[in-house]
Amino acid sequence: MRRRVDDVRPPAAASARPAQRRRLAAVLGALLLLGALAGLVTGSDGLSLTAWRADLAGGQAGWIVGEIRAPRTLGAALVGALLGLAGALAQGLFRNPLADPYLLGAAAGASLGVVTLLALQSAGASEVSGVWSADWPAGSLWQGWLLQGGLAGAAFAGALGGVALTLLLAAGALDSLRLLLAGVVVGVLLGAVADLLTVLWPQALRGRQAFLLGSTAHIGWHSLVLPALGLALALGLAWRLARLLDALTLGDEAAASLGLPLATGRVALVAVLALCTGLAVALAGLVAFVGLLAPHLVRRLAPSTHGAHLLLSALAGAVLLLAADVLARAVMAPQELPVGIVTAVVGGGQLLWLLHRGGRR
Amino acid sequence: MRVVAGEQVLLDGIDLALASGWTAIVGPNGAGKSTLLRALAGVLAPQAGTVALQGQPLSAWPGRERARRLAWLPQAGAHGAAMTVRETVVLGRLPHRGLTGAMSAADARAVERALAEVDAMAWADRLVDTLSGGERQRVLLARVLATEAEVLLLDEPAAHLDPPQQVLLARLCRRLGGSASHTSHAWPESPTSPESRVTRPPATVVTVLHDLSLALAADRVVVLDRGRVLAHGAAADPHVAQALHAVFAGALSLEIGPQGAVTARLRV
Repeated sequence: MRRRVDDVRPPAAASARPAQRRRLAAVLGALLLLGALAGLVTGSDGLSLTAWRADLAGGQAGWIVGEIRAPRTLGAALVGALLGLAGALAQGLFRNPLADPYLLGAAAGASLGVVTLLALQSAGASEVSGVWSADWPAGSLWQGWLLQGGLAGAAFAGALGGVALTLLLAAGALDSLRLLLAGVVVGVLLGAVADLLTVLWPQALRGRQAFLLGSTAHIGWHSLVLPALGLALALGLAWRLARLLDALTLGDEAAASLGLPLATGRVALVAVLALCTGLAVALAGLVAFVGLLAPHLVRRLAPSTHGAHLLLSALAGAVLLLAADVLARAVMAPQELPVGIVTAVVGGGQLLWLLHRGGRR
Repeated sequence: MRVVAGEQVLLDGIDLALASGWTAIVGPNGAGKSTLLRALAGVLAPQAGTVALQGQPLSAWPGRERARRLAWLPQAGAHGAAMTVRETVVLGRLPHRGLTGAMSAADARAVERALAEVDAMAWADRLVDTLSGGERQRVLLARVLATEAEVLLLDEPAAHLDPPQQVLLARLCRRLGGSASHTSHAWPESPTSPESRVTRPPATVVTVLHDLSLALAADRVVVLDRGRVLAHGAAADPHVAQALHAVFAGALSLEIGPQGAVTARLRV
């Protein structure tokens, strides 16, 4: 009887999965390059080679490409990679394919951080306008940059603070359900505080909203160094912790029975998750769906253990956000959409389509 | 040993010495069988008393040292959605490899042997998600076997298994326990590959089983009822038969055969 069953289902070739992984990595790598190229060529007048040539003739192209498009393109790829990695970590940690990087209070924390800073500023009656938008008044450029750095710092600190509060409420990271519930509670609480602040200082509202939508428009070279270092660190740590996520697929108790340092390992995972999310949020605000979709795509196209899954998810995230960033600039040119809107619409649609296809199988 | 959850005493006055060989724990639903196994596995700490492994309290063992000697198969265990059979079985080597160690030749041998022992070689590279319930159960069992622990705690390892697989499981438990399978001629010859026949030192195999006909094939039987051990001994031991009768009298008729073989039949 056993034999018959085996005969009916031909065993898959042992080498099929590594080959699948390599193919996906190659395709994603090629798409990343293509996306980066498109990112350099796409300006406020859409994706157009004629305009690119005209820019070159005008002599301004070098500056625009080098100082504006290159950093924001690189920034989009970085944020995407951070979110893809964070999403894969969150899904592994919670053993739930619907988990996303913002579950642990990072989003609400970052949002509160930004609002607090803006509220403090308007309370201090400084006349800063056009906060967190692409069009700074030219005269206050330096001021804008200063504010930008401050906002990024506030977002980062807020995101980390939100996750730390979640960990505190959940009394560590050992219990997934507790952690998840604590994340929800922290989200609601910090959201309420941010709401209160915006009621008291309505000037903060615009900045908060722009932040919530997510944008890559203001990313400059100076703001790329830390996130790049952070991504390298996070990838290294995630690679080391990948086997813990593999073990967690057996269930928390079974993983513990394997003699693994579960308590510290899970806190380390949450810390890496918080680092990724905090950096991404600080750089580009709350970009939706990339953290959910990238790991999902990778799991569909090349299911694998967490080591490869984490790295591929980071790569897929970079490609997705890069593509969304180009779209955001091109769709309504010369006006630019916040990239968060694009990822929400495209990512949501994509996910629905995947679920629909999966459901029919 | 005593285990309490809130007001409810789950296990009380348990005093068991489990030697090498195959021991089956039986008892009605809610008797505390899984709780006992979890306490033995160190997943659950008893409120009073200790669980000792090779004379040393479980909690005194460093995590991986303990996990190399004692492996636990949870009831209705989970598995990764994106992992193959072999990758899942490889997890059983984590106590040996840790989070960063590479796969050694010994690791690879143990994995292949465990796959052969549950007869999963033919589909070792398929995703666990695509398997049937019984096949998944065998994969999770192989994960535990790959640990090569001296103590194997198996909670309902026969769940979802068809009769031929149940027979293979019983033979495997006997072989792991180091007892000569003196009645093996009664079963069809197993088609397992030579790897699985390499001898190991006798292990202490403890299985929670709800199927009495399977449990009575074990070297020893522990009858558990409402958190207490009613009897512990060979299947043919009169105390065990008495305890089984006391617990299951309404539902089972027990017969003791000429060579001391006990059979149980459901009273339907």
